[in-house]
Amino acid sequence: MSVAANCPTCGAPVTFMWSSAVQTACQYCKAILVRHDVDLEKVGEVADLPQDASPIQILTEGIFDNHRFMVVGRIVYQWEQGSWNEWHLAFDNGGSGWLSDAQAEYAVSFQVYPQTALPSADAIRRGMTIQWQGQNYVVTHRTRAAYVGFEGELPFRTTDRTEMVFADLRTPDARFGTIDYSEDPPLLFMGRQVDFDELKLRNLRMFEGW
Amino acid sequence: MAATPQPVRARSLSCPNCGGLIELRGFEHSRSAVCVQCCTIIDPSTPELTILQKFDQKLRVRPLIPLGTRGNWQGAPYEAIGFQVRCINVDGVEYCWHEYLLFNPYKGFRYLTQYDGHWNDVQTVRGLPTFTRVGDHKAVEFAGLTYKHFQNAEAATKFVMGEFPWAVRVGERNIVDDYVAPPYSISAEMADGEINWSRGEYVTGTQIWQAFKLNNAPPAAHGVYSNQPSPYAGKPGRAWRTALLLLCVWAAMLFFFVIGASNREVFSANHHFSPTPGEQSFVTPVFELGSGAKNVEVELKTDLDNNWAYFNLALINESTGQGYDFGREVSYYHGVDSDGSWSEGSRSDSATIPRVPGGRYYLRIEPEMETPTSGFSQAPRGFNYTVAVRRDVPTTWLFWIVLPFLIVPPIITSIRAAAFEGQRWMESDYSSTESDDSSTGDDDDE
Repeated sequence: MSVAANCPTCGAPVTFMWSSAVQTACQYCKAILVRHDVDLEKVGEVADLPQDASPIQILTEGIFDNHRFMVVGRIVYQWEQGSWNEWHLAFDNGGSGWLSDAQAEYAVSFQVYPQTALPSADAIRRGMTIQWQGQNYVVTHRTRAAYVGFEGELPFRTTDRTEMVFADLRTPDARFGTIDYSEDPPLLFMGRQVDFDELKLRNLRMFEGW
Repeated sequence: MAATPQPVRARSLSCPNCGGLIELRGFEHSRSAVCVQCCTIIDPSTPELTILQKFDQKLRVRPLIPLGTRGNWQGAPYEAIGFQVRCINVDGVEYCWHEYLLFNPYKGFRYLTQYDGHWNDVQTVRGLPTFTRVGDHKAVEFAGLTYKHFQNAEAATKFVMGEFPWAVRVGERNIVDDYVAPPYSISAEMADGEINWSRGEYVTGTQIWQAFKLNNAPPAAHGVYSNQPSPYAGKPGRAWRTALLLLCVWAAMLFFFVIGASNREVFSANHHFSPTPGEQSFVTPVFELGSGAKNVEVELKTDLDNNWAYFNLALINESTGQGYDFGREVSYYHGVDSDGSWSEGSRSDSATIPRVPGGRYYLRIEPEMETPTSGFSQAPRGFNYTVAVRRDVPTTWLFWIVLPFLIVPPIITSIRAAAFEGQRWMESDYSSTESDDSSTGDDDDE
């Protein structure tokens, strides 16, 4: 599944683990590369990712709802009280999803396309209810956050570093959702909170002494 | 490839206040770390190690689980990395508990709380509890269980040690609502207008001491804790079900015992007795008692009225002459006094002779009465009576002796279970013993 091209900046080979990747970074010269068919365009340079203690890394593998996935990319978000990771997952059926890891609390979600318009970033408030597939999701958090870095392959371009609004959605039975106001109309991701063991993760980071 | 082959290393810092060494155990998760030497809280995630707070060191508390201790807890290794003392104030009395932050780099954070020897294993709730009501109680529902509201209090952080994945500060106050469904509890903690839900499960100090291989013994648990499982949980129900079952058996046995007894009248005769001097005994005609060592009941029914009589009786076997002697006093008095009408005694009586072999028998009867001692008293009134003999009557006294043994155990179990629940809720906002006019705080409970 790897598609090879050359970095327009340094000429190094760039491979894609996920065929639908839109954005990646050159591992040699740290150029942020956006793909147009077979050509790669340099749109910026990757900043060093902040140190973090997520046990997940690029190439970590796991299973969600009987589908195997591999971690191919990552976005790090920063908010007032810390940072969290959205790991980009490439599934064995060609689909893509996200594994969010906030201080070792995990959730898996997938982008969905709501029929009705979501409340705007200014209108959304804690305690509001959002309907999705017959379920009531309660808005439990409204956070302002910004990208602080990315690595690997992503399904879209992430160069904007301005703060944007995120709303977390929960249900009594641990379903989980996020409204991402980085685009207009906002993006909706739906999934559920998961237990670390449930994902049967392999190729994890090692921690000294553990 | 992008994978980092080196393991993530734990850092250590030197305190920007006193220069002391601070070892970090929570890797990059830590948003606050406490310098034990000078009681300073710093933010290790900032390059300049921002000092968040310096706090009073007079309140130092030594954690029972030393920080850095690792144990195999709930199926995974966890290390104690943070410790805090939090207190609530109820009517001027401070109640404090200890919280240990446990960390595993893969599975994340969980907590152990300790109050008066009672421990809870606490984790953040995955999912969202929903508010409901149980009678006059606020309650929450979560994962199929209903948790009754126990207490609303403002918790203040009094002491911290180690590190935390949030910016901790001594003196910080949060409103906490506790809900219980023993052995579980749910806490709703308000922070920045958001509710942080966590779920606790009651565990014993011994479990923790074994998991973390701690020395000595865990502190003894005093009283009853809010979500402590009742040793009587489910027992009253079981006891009553057992009692009901036994009562059914008891009733069935009684029923068959009663209908199984032939209870046949073998002799009956009416007599009149007048108290005259001299022996007044007589014998009845012979009657037949069926075979088998069954009992015999002799019943006396009189029309005595404010009077008494004594019967000397003997049941005599015609062929062997063997007899069963017995006596019966019958007395019946009644009247009206200032308290209303009264009565005492009964006009009839009976005696049961057990295990009488079959054969031909007769009764010798000798009634006695107070005889007039002088001529001027009113004419002595005699009385009429019926004597009846019944063969094989059901004797049920054993059943009635057994009955309390069936009913008392579930009653005792129910009382004990209720007492335990009473003790549990005594510490809650719903205590029935809570007085509105608590003048001074010196009235100890119990």
